Amino acid sequence: MSSPDRTTYDRIAAIIAETANVAPEKINPKAHVINDLGIDSLDFLDIVFAIDKEFGIKVPVEAWTEAVNAGKAPAEQYFILGPLAERIDELVQAKTA
Amino acid sequence: MKLEYFSMLDRIVARDAESLVAEATLPDESPIFEGHFPGFPLLPGVLMIECMAQAGGWLMLARQEFARMPLLAKVGQAKLRGMLLPGALLSVSAKLVHDGSGYAVMSGRIDSGGQMAAEAEYTLRILPFPNDSLAAMVRGRGTELGLLA
Repeated sequence: MSSPDRTTYDRIAAIIAETANVAPEKINPKAHVINDLGIDSLDFLDIVFAIDKEFGIKVPVEAWTEAVNAGKAPAEQYFILGPLAERIDELVQAKTA
Repeated sequence: MKLEYFSMLDRIVARDAESLVAEATLPDESPIFEGHFPGFPLLPGVLMIECMAQAGGWLMLARQEFARMPLLAKVGQAKLRGMLLPGALLSVSAKLVHDGSGYAVMSGRIDSGGQMAAEAEYTLRILPFPNDSLAAMVRGRGTELGLLA
């Protein structure tokens, strides 16, 4: 699945399409993972596992959720695909730094 | 092992940071066996899955010092290979595949009589305990199993 020619967004989109059986045409950088793509919490958990494996990281879903629930961060920062890909890039960079 | 109370494991016989092995002896009699099946008592396959899930659950409880509660969320790649009869000694093992944020992916197996009886990959959600009394009860059982001093 990993390829140097594919962007982080492309790799995440492929994971979502394959893991949660979402039609590729519904997936775009402005899509909200849950509200727009109809992904439930269990499918989201599978997606996070696939992202963890694909990028060799541990997506801090609990910390993100706490930040959103506490009003410290907008949900869009983590659950819209474009910004989500940016967060994944940050996690990968932090790991390799 | 008290099937009707979902107390599936009798003792922990080995544990490290990423794996755990437990043993359990199937009771000779249980209300479960009265229905599954009359005149032909067998451990139901769903309870084989439960055995494996509990082994993984105890591993995750120990890893997190009993701070949060694992709950079975998904079962995949399950194969129930053998029939488990009353009185059988089970070796139930769990291995950590991935420790994620709020979840863990595990692989498990049951061996009995030198043969693999079941195997599965499963996912546990790791959540806060819903109340203090349940947390205390789980810690008490963890102490009985030797996972807590």
